[in-house]
Amino acid sequence: MNYIDHESVAKKTNSRLLKNKVLKSIFLAATMFGLIVLAILLYRIVTQGSEYLSLEFFTSFASRIPENSGIKAAILGSIYLMLVVAPISMFLGVGTAVYLEEYAKKNKLTNFIRINISNLAGVPSVVFGLLGLTIFARFFGLGISILAAGLTMSLLILPIIIVAAQEAIRSVPKELRDASYAMGATKWQTILRIVLPAAIPGILTGSILALSRAIGETAPLVVLGIPTILMFTPDSILSTFTALPMQIFDWTKRPQVAFHDVAAAGIIVLMTLLIIMNSIAVFIRNKYQKRY
Amino acid sequence: MSMKEPNSTLNVQELIAQKSNRGLLSFVEKLMPKLLLAIAIVSVLTTLGILATLVVETYIFFTRVPFWEFITGTEWYPFANSTPTFGVLPLVIGTLKITGIAVLVAVPLGIATAIYLSEYASHRARKVIKPILEVLAGVPTIVYGFFALTFVTPILRSISPEVSIFNAISPGIVVGIMIIPMIASLSEDAMNSVPNSMRDGAYALGSTKLEVAIKIVLPAAISGIVASTVLAISRAIGETMIVAVAAGSTPRFDGDLTGSIQTMTAYIVQVTTGDAGYGTTIYYSIYAVGFTLFIFTLIMNMLAQYISKRFREEY
Repeated sequence: MNYIDHESVAKKTNSRLLKNKVLKSIFLAATMFGLIVLAILLYRIVTQGSEYLSLEFFTSFASRIPENSGIKAAILGSIYLMLVVAPISMFLGVGTAVYLEEYAKKNKLTNFIRINISNLAGVPSVVFGLLGLTIFARFFGLGISILAAGLTMSLLILPIIIVAAQEAIRSVPKELRDASYAMGATKWQTILRIVLPAAIPGILTGSILALSRAIGETAPLVVLGIPTILMFTPDSILSTFTALPMQIFDWTKRPQVAFHDVAAAGIIVLMTLLIIMNSIAVFIRNKYQKRY
Repeated sequence: MSMKEPNSTLNVQELIAQKSNRGLLSFVEKLMPKLLLAIAIVSVLTTLGILATLVVETYIFFTRVPFWEFITGTEWYPFANSTPTFGVLPLVIGTLKITGIAVLVAVPLGIATAIYLSEYASHRARKVIKPILEVLAGVPTIVYGFFALTFVTPILRSISPEVSIFNAISPGIVVGIMIIPMIASLSEDAMNSVPNSMRDGAYALGSTKLEVAIKIVLPAAISGIVASTVLAISRAIGETMIVAVAAGSTPRFDGDLTGSIQTMTAYIVQVTTGDAGYGTTIYYSIYAVGFTLFIFTLIMNMLAQYISKRFREEY
């Protein structure tokens, strides 16, 4: 007696295999979609913007004439902004991570801090802008300054840095700590001299990636009311400024098509900065990160 | 050894005791946990600051505009000279249009990408594709906005003349592209955590890769996939620059997708780039809109956390 109907199995197998093949190419096409969009986006921006990309573009201020427009104030503003954001966000982020990983007891307060951080990560950046406008710019009277924007951006990327630093600290093996304690070191000495040095590549990688998020972030700056046409460069952290994404936003909004090309040139500079920062992060990760 | 040094008369244990009693050292040791706790509290203060900001300024807004008018009103004309109206529903509808289109684009593409990377792709292909998707996730949103306005919109307009320069479709599609990497990478993580023994069991019964992916991996990873989608929806709701650049500034309470619309986030941008004076009702309205936006995204984030906790299958 024949339990298996070979003919129908063969028939079904063929169609099942065909389905597998067809769907596989659909899945592959879906994967390629994202990559192709990225390629088109980069190609468009380079072809549109390269015309305006010259040395004068870096040394001129914004202008009402597309040909004379430049990013001198914007790029300096973005760099100053990062000089404020980097130390503040890293100090707060690493401090919080050390507390949560090394000191925090398993209690309600710790749990609350953790939940709070993950919820903070989901707050839209435009809402952080409202926070900065109300608390830093108006309540503390910092006005539309580098410091006000820097504090806002620091809080915005704080959750990213905390999570990255926590992972880096967690990956330091227990043996290293035990060895340090066995030598008679105290807890803080162990953290400062053993744990943090071992975790620093991971912390730096995460922080640079977080900073690259901050340098391209536009919405909080818009809400703070950062000006776009500025004919001077900032001289202190309390002076007003403009930033690269803000300048790009302004050019994109203008009805004249020529300004779109200027915006594209600005985007090339911004994306180049981002690629440099990401490459440094990847380099640090590959070069210094030990696997225990 | 000479007996000149006083320490040499102590044994090791006494030495350690003497050292650890040094004032500064034990002071630092006691101070650091408190100092670090104070730093950790900053993130809590940030949340409180956001809440306080939104609650106080929204309260002032509601002393001027009735609460009921705000949440049920279908007309949003804050800039009208004679009788400005503040009904938030047109802005909510605008946000939902963008989010809906984005989800339609991103969910199929994101999950298909996740299935390909987790079930089909070779190790080498994955190593190339994943970093590129990370780049896609790292593109600043203002760049996406520029792309929507100068590339996607002209294509749509050449397809259908009904589409105007500012519309919901183009930014909707681009917001969708922006959240693809998020859905893809979080869903792939969920699929990767499905143990190989389950796949092998299905292969041993003669399943094809597709059947394993659809009937075994997808159901086992569904909580992670749904949670990633909900998180991505939250991102789409809060997305600002793409809609501010490409969606326009016409709050409308209808289903039209081809004309100019306005979202909650785009309204906040419109007011803050304009010159609405401090203390005007328009100024306070951005906080009421911001509060509404905050509640929407908070619900989505908590829902995502709930789903991934409640429905997770542990292997």
